Amino acid sequence: MVLRKLALYSLLLALAVFTTFPFLWTLLISLRTRGPIFSIPPDLSLTGFSAANYIGVWSTLPLPRYIANSLYITAVGVTLTLVVCSLAAYPLARMQFPGKNAVFFAIVATLMLPEHIGLIVNFVTMMRLRLVDTYASVYLPSIASIFGIFLLRQAYLSIPQEMEDAARIDGAGELTIWWRILLPLTVPALATLAIFQFVAFWNSFLWPIIILKTPDKYPLAAGLLYLRGLFAHNTRFIAAGTVIATLPIIVVFLFTQRYFMRGITAGAIK
Amino acid sequence: MPLRRRSTLVAYLFLLPALGLLAVFTFYPVIFGTVLSLFEYDIINPPRYVGWLQFQRLLADRYFWIAITNSAKYVLVVPVIQLGSILLAVLVNRQLRGIGAFRAAYYVPVITSWPVVGIMWTWMYDQQGVVNWVLRSLDVIARPVSWLSHPTITLYAVMFVTMWKGLGWYMVIYLAGLQAIPAEYEEAAMIDGASRGRVFWSVTIPLLRPYILLASLISTMAAVKVFEEIYVMTRGGPFFSTYTMFMYIFDEAFQELNMGYAAALAVVLAAVILVFSVINFRVFRRGGLEWY
Repeated sequence: MVLRKLALYSLLLALAVFTTFPFLWTLLISLRTRGPIFSIPPDLSLTGFSAANYIGVWSTLPLPRYIANSLYITAVGVTLTLVVCSLAAYPLARMQFPGKNAVFFAIVATLMLPEHIGLIVNFVTMMRLRLVDTYASVYLPSIASIFGIFLLRQAYLSIPQEMEDAARIDGAGELTIWWRILLPLTVPALATLAIFQFVAFWNSFLWPIIILKTPDKYPLAAGLLYLRGLFAHNTRFIAAGTVIATLPIIVVFLFTQRYFMRGITAGAIK
Repeated sequence: MPLRRRSTLVAYLFLLPALGLLAVFTFYPVIFGTVLSLFEYDIINPPRYVGWLQFQRLLADRYFWIAITNSAKYVLVVPVIQLGSILLAVLVNRQLRGIGAFRAAYYVPVITSWPVVGIMWTWMYDQQGVVNWVLRSLDVIARPVSWLSHPTITLYAVMFVTMWKGLGWYMVIYLAGLQAIPAEYEEAAMIDGASRGRVFWSVTIPLLRPYILLASLISTMAAVKVFEEIYVMTRGGPFFSTYTMFMYIFDEAFQELNMGYAAALAVVLAAVILVFSVINFRVFRRGGLEWY
């Protein structure tokens, strides 16, 4: 029995090493200033650490700038997502109106639409709107999140009708009912959506490199890729930048794991 | 205003921001993109109607065939990811001290951005990197391999990274599936004397079937339009050996500014994906335990 448990833990541990080793190795590279980076066998000793690469990458490369961009895009993007999806989910869950099924079907149908065509046409649209190379162009196409509308609709559906009726008898209007009574009850779902959108915005690079023409406006993930292109020889600096880019996401994840697991299963199995 | 009409108005006011954004950035692109495939358009000059010319050009285009072949080949990653993540889900689907930490560790690659993954794995695949060290220590290879600059193996090396990053995501899906299966089914089979392997193949896998179908189709669609891992590691090289449809669309649209031709390529890719989506919706309408 003990032996079996030991075997099980060894297997679990081996798999954990497989999924996390690239991170640990990058961390090691970023913490040293001398010695060969690539060697067989690799230098996995835990000595000779220094913060020099972090100080270097922070003061000589525009990393703080990229972080500020990411923070701004993420904050505005997540906030707008929550507002837009909450507004849309409410009538879909709790109101009767002509055309409701058609609207719902149209929203479901977008799941089948190929988003790669969107990349081409949205670029043209942004040109026409004169929004190319603005922060708004980065977050605008993704704030009406289908996943978010579904998730919140589900949350609104689970609220008992009596709560709403009571407020209505007291003479509250639709907006008051939504804002004061129903919205507060969807906070767990809002948190799930906020975390998912946070990760999506923080990690996004494809659309930003298409729509932003000034590298100074890049969010962190796109900026890191750009710096890798420019400073490929300075592996240790790039490693430090990689750690800085990854750490916030991992910290957020470790504190909010429950929401992740709930979000994925709610999103995939509707 | 009559009450009914008023409440309809209120409902649509609530929906307005979302529907407006979806109309501009989701519905309109599909329509305009399809129309655009019949035009030549370089952004600077006004679009010029060319009919089916782009599609005829495409059939004779060597790079189109290279790209679509590589995109099709990429689907090979699907069964590997699915089997791997099912086994992983079965492994972590138990009450065990510290199991939460292991699940978290398997999930970390999922939440990491592609640029970070690309940078890390480019180092892992270095001539003197960790992958070569491990494989040489295990005597799998005799001398170091240049994983990302070898025309016959680079595509598979990139697929391996796709698998590494995707396993945790599908693991969570299958974990939900496993937890939805009542324990009695597996227990009954055990009592009847079935071995663990037998229970897995004859009871667990069939009961997971709806989840497997859903995950495989999501995974297949993602494989056909693979882009990020290619872009951050090889940009389609060496010698176009990892050049995929999405990579080609990206180059045509944003490097060459051949918006019309890129749209035609996108329409072809969309047709392929749409077939998979329709299958997805049809198959997944049924599901769960009622399947049997």
